[in-house]
Amino acid sequence: MNQTIGTPEQDREMQAALDELKNVPGPVMQAMQRAQSIYGYLPIEVQSRIASAFGIPLEEVYGIATFYTQFVLKPKGKYTVGVCLGTACYVKGAGDILERFKEALKLNPGETAKDMRFTLDATRCIGCCGLAPVITVNDEVYGSLKKEDVETILKKYYD
Amino acid sequence: MKNVTLKINNTEVTVPEGTRVLDAARQAGYDVPTLCYYKDLNNDGNCRICVVELKGARSLAASCSTTVAEGMEVTTNSPKVIDSRKKTLELMLSNHNRQCLSCVRSGSCELQALSREYGCDEVKYEGSKTPVILEGRNDYLVRDNSKCILCRRCVAACTKTQSVGVIGANYRGFHTAIGSAFDRSLGDVDCVACGQCINVCPTGALRERDDTGRVVGALQDKTKTVIVGTAPSVRVGLGEEFGYPIGTSVEGKMVAALKRLGFAYVFDINMTADLTIMEEGAEFLHRLKDSTAKFPMLTSCSPGWIRYVEFNYPDLIGHLSTCKSPQQMFGAVMKTYYAEKLKVDPKDIYVVSCMPCTAKKTEILREAQNASGYPDVDVVLTSRELARLIKNYGINFEKLPDEQFDSPIGLGSTAGLLFGATGGVMEAALRTVYEVVTGQEPPSLDFKEIRGTKGIKTAVLDLNGTKVKVGVVHSLSNAKTIMDDIRAGKSDYHFIEVMTCPGGCVNGGGQPIVSSAKINAGIDPKKLRAAAIYKTDKSSKLRKSHENPVIKKLYAEYFDHPNSHKAHEILHTSYKRREKL
Repeated sequence: MNQTIGTPEQDREMQAALDELKNVPGPVMQAMQRAQSIYGYLPIEVQSRIASAFGIPLEEVYGIATFYTQFVLKPKGKYTVGVCLGTACYVKGAGDILERFKEALKLNPGETAKDMRFTLDATRCIGCCGLAPVITVNDEVYGSLKKEDVETILKKYYD
Repeated sequence: MKNVTLKINNTEVTVPEGTRVLDAARQAGYDVPTLCYYKDLNNDGNCRICVVELKGARSLAASCSTTVAEGMEVTTNSPKVIDSRKKTLELMLSNHNRQCLSCVRSGSCELQALSREYGCDEVKYEGSKTPVILEGRNDYLVRDNSKCILCRRCVAACTKTQSVGVIGANYRGFHTAIGSAFDRSLGDVDCVACGQCINVCPTGALRERDDTGRVVGALQDKTKTVIVGTAPSVRVGLGEEFGYPIGTSVEGKMVAALKRLGFAYVFDINMTADLTIMEEGAEFLHRLKDSTAKFPMLTSCSPGWIRYVEFNYPDLIGHLSTCKSPQQMFGAVMKTYYAEKLKVDPKDIYVVSCMPCTAKKTEILREAQNASGYPDVDVVLTSRELARLIKNYGINFEKLPDEQFDSPIGLGSTAGLLFGATGGVMEAALRTVYEVVTGQEPPSLDFKEIRGTKGIKTAVLDLNGTKVKVGVVHSLSNAKTIMDDIRAGKSDYHFIEVMTCPGGCVNGGGQPIVSSAKINAGIDPKKLRAAAIYKTDKSSKLRKSHENPVIKKLYAEYFDHPNSHKAHEILHTSYKRREKL
């Protein structure tokens, strides 16, 4: 079950994370979060490795992975654009902003560009309704947006 | 333990601390309906059907997962409660594939029964529906999530009872669906095919794969000699499908029905259970003399168990007896010895076995199970399918006379019959092994310490000064315990019987389904069906496998002696590592 899946560094980092979590209560979610940050996504090999490390069925890991939107089963782009479609953002025009991103990136929500630069996501409320409408690019937050801002924001991520 | 006094619908009742409100209500004379709750198995409180009113509480409480408290005042049947249950049912029906007219569970569906009881309007709410996606890429069961109510009883059976855990709830909200990792088919994961998920399903979302059509086809084919054999447990389960109380043996009527279905020969697989005892007993005694042999030896009759070992403990395959199961020995004997007797080419013999089991449907497809060059067994019918076939043919089961299995090789001992109950294989083996080694009958033929539904049972036997420790386990979660011990080198057993299903074959995944209402009321089909087996054995004149005249004849005319070269070729098999997903 310990087949290599990423680079040797990634696999080593994952093993260290699993060792560290060995005696921690409720380790599975934590291991999955660590795995996602190491590999960027949770392919079957990574989920199998987590399942066997904690002696639980693979299905249990998969059930968690498909329940929480924070986990992804396919690789994501370098930058993930999350457009908040929570109620406040939505009434402040988040729908138009999402449309603009779809056009600009030629992606539908949930899709990743072939060049792996961008992933577009439509998210639930991210909890800063005062800034509505709001989007995130990885950990960066952009608020009080107008649809004209879309291109300006994206430009920053073409280096 | 402390007692607690509470009021259920104004009736005072005193129950032990920790009792579920649901059970306290029953004691007070009130039934509370349930769907997701299943005694000793599932206690999620997710379906909200068992809600009751608690005085002073803001909202209704699930009585399956609420325990009693001193002075509690519970109402189980107020209009508010009834209305809530009805709405819940109607919402379930709004996303239910209501093909009740032809559904295999029509009449035994728990959702259907409750909907009728509560006078539900089945089309009150219309909206999105879970599509019909049949999971059928396997050889034993069909899952239809459009009939699933997400009670998770199947998940509990797979995960808790069996420690297999190949199914669970995937996705979220409306899209939640019972399935396997990466949405693989059950045929592509480490499912052992035990069928316990089917037995606990309240609706028609899970069912056995129906093979009755193949049997009907074979019976119409004039070039085939169609032989049927019945497993020990079928006779103590089948009657339930025709309205008999749980634990009624209907052996004579079952035989009569099979003859009327048109089988050329109706035989008893108890006979090859006897043969299994001869082969397995000899194998055990051989291992006892061999200083390099692996202990404990593990029985190999239960195909779900075999799959479990191949998937999870491939390093311990050497502990498994090499004996084929009684079903496979039956087919092998039919297509070799009996084909010669009948002067029929084995290719023209078609063997049907009636089994309490879904895993048996996979066993017939295993490698090295074709002694004659053709598959030992051609098709397996579960008890439920056999009942359907009998009904299809318009046979009035209740009016049938009691008939006998066909001679000359229909006869089985009641040691063979014991195979149906947990502990039975071991008890049958001990009756024979003891006598073979000591030359005397054991002090008692009833090995009571290995009977019953305790998870792991142990007995120590003195064989001419050699102390032999035997174990009996049933359900794979218990098997996991003993396997982990063996792997860790901590097991001091010599011989262990393992049955996949809790209670053994009497409670197999192909047996008639007992409603959760009965289970939750404390009715235990495992005990009742096993009691029918032990009762037959108690009054039997042939209680030892090695005294079965058919067995003597088989060795005299064909196999020579147990574990002979010929016996090895025809009656034994091998196992292989299977990769887990």
